[in-house]
Amino acid sequence: MGSTNSTLLKIPNVEVLMQETGLKLVAEENCLNVSPAHIIRLHDRFKALDKEGRGHLCPHDFGAIKELAMNPIGDRIIGAFFSPGKETVDFHTFVKILAHFRPVDKDRPKEPNSPEPINSRSNKLKFAFQLYDQDKDGKISRDELLQVLRAMLGMQVTDEQLESIADRTIQEADLDRDDTISFEEFRKSLEKINIDHKMSIRFLR
Amino acid sequence: MNFENDCRFKRKLTKRGNCNTLSHQGLQDKQAEQNSVKDSYTTHNESVFQNPHHQQEENLTGLPIVTFKWHHVETPYLVIIWVFVAGLAKLSVVELNHHVISVVPESGLLIILGFILGGIVWGADRAQTFKLLPPTFFYYLLPQIILDASYFMPNKLFFSNLGAILIYAIFGTCWNAATVGLSLWGCYEAGVMGNLDIGLLQFLLFGSLIAAVDPVAVIAVFEEVHVNEVLFILVFGESLLNDGVTVVLYNVFDAFVALGGPRIDAAEIFKGIFSFVVVAFGGSFLGIGFAILLSLLTRCTKHIQIIEAGFVFVVGYLAYLTAEMLSLSAILSITFCGICCQKYVNANMDEKSVTTVRHAMKLLANGSETMIFLFLGVTAIDTEIWVWNTGFILLTLLFVFIYRIIGTFLFTWMLNKFRLVPIEVIDQVVMSYGGLRGAVAYGLAALLDEDKIPEKNLMISTTLIVVYFTVILQGITMKPLVQWLKVKRAAHSDLKLIEKLNNRAFDHILAAVEDICGRIGDNWWTRGWNRFEENYISWLLMKPKARKNRDYLFSIFHKLNLEDAINYVSEGERQGSLAFSRSDEAANVDFKKQFGSEFADVMPNIMVDMSNYELGIEHFSVTSIVKDTIPSVSLDIHGQDRKNAMDDINAHHLLQQHLYRSRKHQHRHKYSRSHFSINQNEDEVQEIFQRTMRSRLESFKSTKMGVNPAKKITKHHKKELTHKMPNGHPDGTGHLYGDEEVEGLCVFLPHLIEAGIENPVFLPDMDSPTHSPPWLMETEAVAPSQRAQRRLPWTPNRLRRLAPMRISTCSTDSFLMADVSLTLEEHEEHSQTDHVEM
Repeated sequence: MGSTNSTLLKIPNVEVLMQETGLKLVAEENCLNVSPAHIIRLHDRFKALDKEGRGHLCPHDFGAIKELAMNPIGDRIIGAFFSPGKETVDFHTFVKILAHFRPVDKDRPKEPNSPEPINSRSNKLKFAFQLYDQDKDGKISRDELLQVLRAMLGMQVTDEQLESIADRTIQEADLDRDDTISFEEFRKSLEKINIDHKMSIRFLR
Repeated sequence: MNFENDCRFKRKLTKRGNCNTLSHQGLQDKQAEQNSVKDSYTTHNESVFQNPHHQQEENLTGLPIVTFKWHHVETPYLVIIWVFVAGLAKLSVVELNHHVISVVPESGLLIILGFILGGIVWGADRAQTFKLLPPTFFYYLLPQIILDASYFMPNKLFFSNLGAILIYAIFGTCWNAATVGLSLWGCYEAGVMGNLDIGLLQFLLFGSLIAAVDPVAVIAVFEEVHVNEVLFILVFGESLLNDGVTVVLYNVFDAFVALGGPRIDAAEIFKGIFSFVVVAFGGSFLGIGFAILLSLLTRCTKHIQIIEAGFVFVVGYLAYLTAEMLSLSAILSITFCGICCQKYVNANMDEKSVTTVRHAMKLLANGSETMIFLFLGVTAIDTEIWVWNTGFILLTLLFVFIYRIIGTFLFTWMLNKFRLVPIEVIDQVVMSYGGLRGAVAYGLAALLDEDKIPEKNLMISTTLIVVYFTVILQGITMKPLVQWLKVKRAAHSDLKLIEKLNNRAFDHILAAVEDICGRIGDNWWTRGWNRFEENYISWLLMKPKARKNRDYLFSIFHKLNLEDAINYVSEGERQGSLAFSRSDEAANVDFKKQFGSEFADVMPNIMVDMSNYELGIEHFSVTSIVKDTIPSVSLDIHGQDRKNAMDDINAHHLLQQHLYRSRKHQHRHKYSRSHFSINQNEDEVQEIFQRTMRSRLESFKSTKMGVNPAKKITKHHKKELTHKMPNGHPDGTGHLYGDEEVEGLCVFLPHLIEAGIENPVFLPDMDSPTHSPPWLMETEAVAPSQRAQRRLPWTPNRLRRLAPMRISTCSTDSFLMADVSLTLEEHEEHSQTDHVEM
């Protein structure tokens, strides 16, 4: 574990990060997964993405990932890493955003005063919501929805069909009839979906 | 003398016939016949050949007018009578369950009913002449149930839980078989069971046959309970696959038993394990092969759609029989055939064929399920098979129950280490409690060879008791248990577009995050498979046409729209306010009610006009037109009240514009072996087309030249209305909502309204510029839908949500756009107030 510790030293604020994200440093013993723990792994990945070694990532660093370029909503997901007005993301933020996708662990004792964990249901939903809500006004408008739909459905559907799908989708969720979907409406309309299941990645456990 | 003879005759026949009924079910099945008929073969022959002789002698005196030929139809007759009885049983059980009690699950009730029926047969014959024989069960009753279960398997759920299902199905079953067999053997050695002629191998064989959780029983119980989908797929998938595993295991042990204890060495055991793998996986791959064959077949049935539904059943059954012939696992073969073909078959086949398959599949499966449970009950009423050994029976019950629980918890504990969402303890309890044994176990027990296993009858009776115990007792207690433990139930979800949309988005998000993390995870594999499937497999197995428009989200959207349209129509008909029917008395449309309520808040002024307009239409006897055989429109307005003459003329014009020529013999029934005739002939389509085009051209021309021919009518109409209702705000658009609505429907439901195509008012016409709804004037073509969609579905008032679709089909049409602008002008001219109101 010597190498592990030496890597750790290079990561700034590692304790804070662990507490905030709940990501583990060392693989737990009862886990059959004996590889180095998540944060170290993510740090390696971060360094690999950061080809010029600046200590932060730019959008074009993400764009270099080949598979991601093929993802229909890839640019939105990249955008989610950058807070508004910022052109870079440091490791701390990088990990915090990925921590959204950590599965919820029920065994972990809940501390009464602790803030809502970053991987809670509503935080996961918020992440998904902001992918739609590009102008950050807290509402998904028809146009925003249309853009996402167009990206995901692509060539198979005509514009008119897309528009009617968008209309119908808004209609389903829109409770206060303002023709937009607020986060509250978004959350309500997805109540039946097992978000823990759909928005979690196994290897981040 | 006749009567006496008849009686004797019947008695004899029933006895003999009954023995063979079930084995006769497939008449071609020689083997089954030989097995079961062997003993009574000679007498049977006698009865067949002798009795006609008798009759001939009797009837020598003259030419027989009618003869009683029971023996000719005996076998099929008895089979069909039993099917009939089973149908009645199912009917009564369902009714009973529905109205009186819902404590006992259907399967349990059917078994109990079987006891009663068996008692009746026993009382009449003093012997159980009807039995569920293994060949009948395995060749004629089981395949369709398995095919049904696999064909309707929720594929995505199944494959995403495939790992867990396989672990439970393979290792869980082996665990059950081994532990039950060994424990029983241990107890036997300890002397609990007294003196029995059973060795270790026989115990293991028994353990393997009792290990299978039966899909039929499980589905029957779990469907009523509605547990959450992950739990359901685990139990269901496991029970489906472990049937196959059990049969394989059973065959291996059967071979060992035949080989005899001393001759089994390490090499034989290794061969046994190897054959287990080969049989199980060979069967699965064979099934996949047949699924490919089936998909390819349905690709080519474009011109003979009427038979394509049959292929699904034939090929499925062929997969089963072929696997059986090659001594591979038949159950696994048909299972994978059903699971793999469903997507392509459903895409390739005509929508009607898909429906046919669905219904026929359910019919067959339900039928055999009923038969199976009924006969599980009937079989019990027989003194021959009952051998009682308290120790053996009670210990089997105990071990089956306990090892199921231990096994479930053991394997779940291992699985939970890897699962993203661990299986909860409560779910595990339900899973282990849901270990219902069923007909497969009984079928296997009945297959045992009495020469090799002297205690066969004890095993059969034990199996039956286990089946009764699990199906009836555990079935009854399952529901209370699920309620008491507060097991997550299945959320009864309506189809929701937003959920599907977000599911799609989540998939993309997860894939992207995995890419960013640079790790190969589940989503990477899923995506890779999807891409491969889309590029190669779909290309090979799907019709090009089906491939193009099968975007999942869009098809969901389409389905929702269809549903709404159907609901709209039925709701409207229920309220009596939407007479779509072409009844002889009246073919009028009454949109007053729903528009009254819908638009009352939006545009109160129009309402007044609308009700007036309504009068105009109602005063016509449309019947005369519909029934008219003269190829022109003739309106009987003379008999009408003259004071509405102007209205009448308007309506006349309107009707003339919209009506199509009625033709003789429109409803002539055409019989065709391979097609359903559609009530629509070429001329009509031509006429509709020409009319539409002409009117479009006219309106187009008029826009260009700045003349509006339709204006005249509208104006005229308005004058009339204004005259009559001085307070009312004149607006000619009021009535057009009617057309608008129906037009939307026509676009949606070409099939549904096909029959009504001659009806004038329902035609998708574009002729009159006023036909574009007022909201079109406000903004772009699609915008109105937002407002229009606000309302919830299910009432006729809410058809509004259909609007976007309708617009989407038309709005690219430049003619329509011309209409829009036209209407805009006109409305600016005439009824500005309404716009302000809106």
